[in-house]
Amino acid sequence: MRYALQFGDLLPYWHVLLGGLIFTIVLTLVSTIVGIGLGTVCASIRAFGPRWADAIAGAYVELIRNTPFIVQLFFIFFGLPAAGVKLSETTAAFLAMVINLGAYSTEIIRAGIQAVPKGHLEAGESLAMSRIEILRYVVLKQAFQKVYPALCSQIIIVMLGSSVVSQISAEDLTYAANYIQSRNFRAFEVYFVAALFYLVLAISMRAILRGIGHVIFPKA
Amino acid sequence: MSDFSFWVILSNLLLATRWTILLSLIAFVSGGIVGLALLFARTSGIGWLQNLTKGYIEFFQGTPLLMQLFLFFFGVALFGLEVSPWVAAWLALTFWTSAFLTEIWRGCVEAIPKGQWEAGDVLALTYFEQMRYVILPQAMRIAIPPTVGFSVQVVKGTALASIIGFVEVTKAGTMLNNATFRPFLVYSLVALIYFALCFPLSYTAKKLERRLYAAR
Repeated sequence: MRYALQFGDLLPYWHVLLGGLIFTIVLTLVSTIVGIGLGTVCASIRAFGPRWADAIAGAYVELIRNTPFIVQLFFIFFGLPAAGVKLSETTAAFLAMVINLGAYSTEIIRAGIQAVPKGHLEAGESLAMSRIEILRYVVLKQAFQKVYPALCSQIIIVMLGSSVVSQISAEDLTYAANYIQSRNFRAFEVYFVAALFYLVLAISMRAILRGIGHVIFPKA
Repeated sequence: MSDFSFWVILSNLLLATRWTILLSLIAFVSGGIVGLALLFARTSGIGWLQNLTKGYIEFFQGTPLLMQLFLFFFGVALFGLEVSPWVAAWLALTFWTSAFLTEIWRGCVEAIPKGQWEAGDVLALTYFEQMRYVILPQAMRIAIPPTVGFSVQVVKGTALASIIGFVEVTKAGTMLNNATFRPFLVYSLVALIYFALCFPLSYTAKKLERRLYAAR
């Protein structure tokens, strides 16, 4: 190979990479919290809500799970303004991430809810608990405990998928890499370093999420 | 400016769908072949080989597919070879797919009771014979539903090839949008096309999974 790799050319741009990394982390954090909240609501509706609401939530889940994230993103960022909803690239990125994770977590949490033994629901009813109380105190905690590992994997997959938001100029880690390679033309080096950043992020997220799991569900 | 009728937009998108389907098929088949080879390495019991495979899987599962596309697109060029978006997309999707399929299939192989391996040992079968005649035929049965399910991810993954300039549905959608300024319509159609491709696959995966559990 005649080409000599020059990682030194990245050093003047370290703050750009750092800024991108922070954006990616914040984007992941916010969309995880809001997305799982959305998923919990939709999963509860699918399990206990009226049939029409179940159908709507089901259509939402299937539509998102069977289309690529980049198309959802383009639809929100380019398509919605035509219908009168204008969003900045950052807002569009956050919105698309929440909608995407919301759909996947709905399916995961619903599986957890279905795994709760029916006797537990009946026990709640016999204690004169309302449906919301049963959901809150009996069902959801067990459901989350059961599907926590699956939920963690999905969060990491969504974090990796967030690299696509660079395509609408949201300034994440991939956007930073694109910016740097357009300045110093060291494309391979930049993308290699950015890929390592993602790898470290994924590995540390897995460790952190496992730690949080031990705290929330001590027995598991 | 927007002389493009609905039917012109739709027919152009459908023409580009060919390339989405073709790339998905090629990536899935070649990813499956590489994945099968890696599965043998991953379950071989040889320490360094297992660790190497583990590292490979960790890298391709722990970095975004988009980064992998960029790395192949710009990385292979460093060797002085001209890389078309076709080749870069094919390479990246193959490696990415193989990493996921290896992990899925490893789970299926490990689900086979240990006694089956021991029975193979007793009959003096080699590792490859054990895999070929004892383990894989049984593992295949439980591997089919998740494998079909993963094919949905491959179809959706091909959408990213648009970013390095491969003209499939998403790229065609972007180009049509630039020509017609009707993003709402164009991206709705693109989404519907993906849905039409993916939904039958995920539906089949779900059905197969149910049937498998029913059989037990």
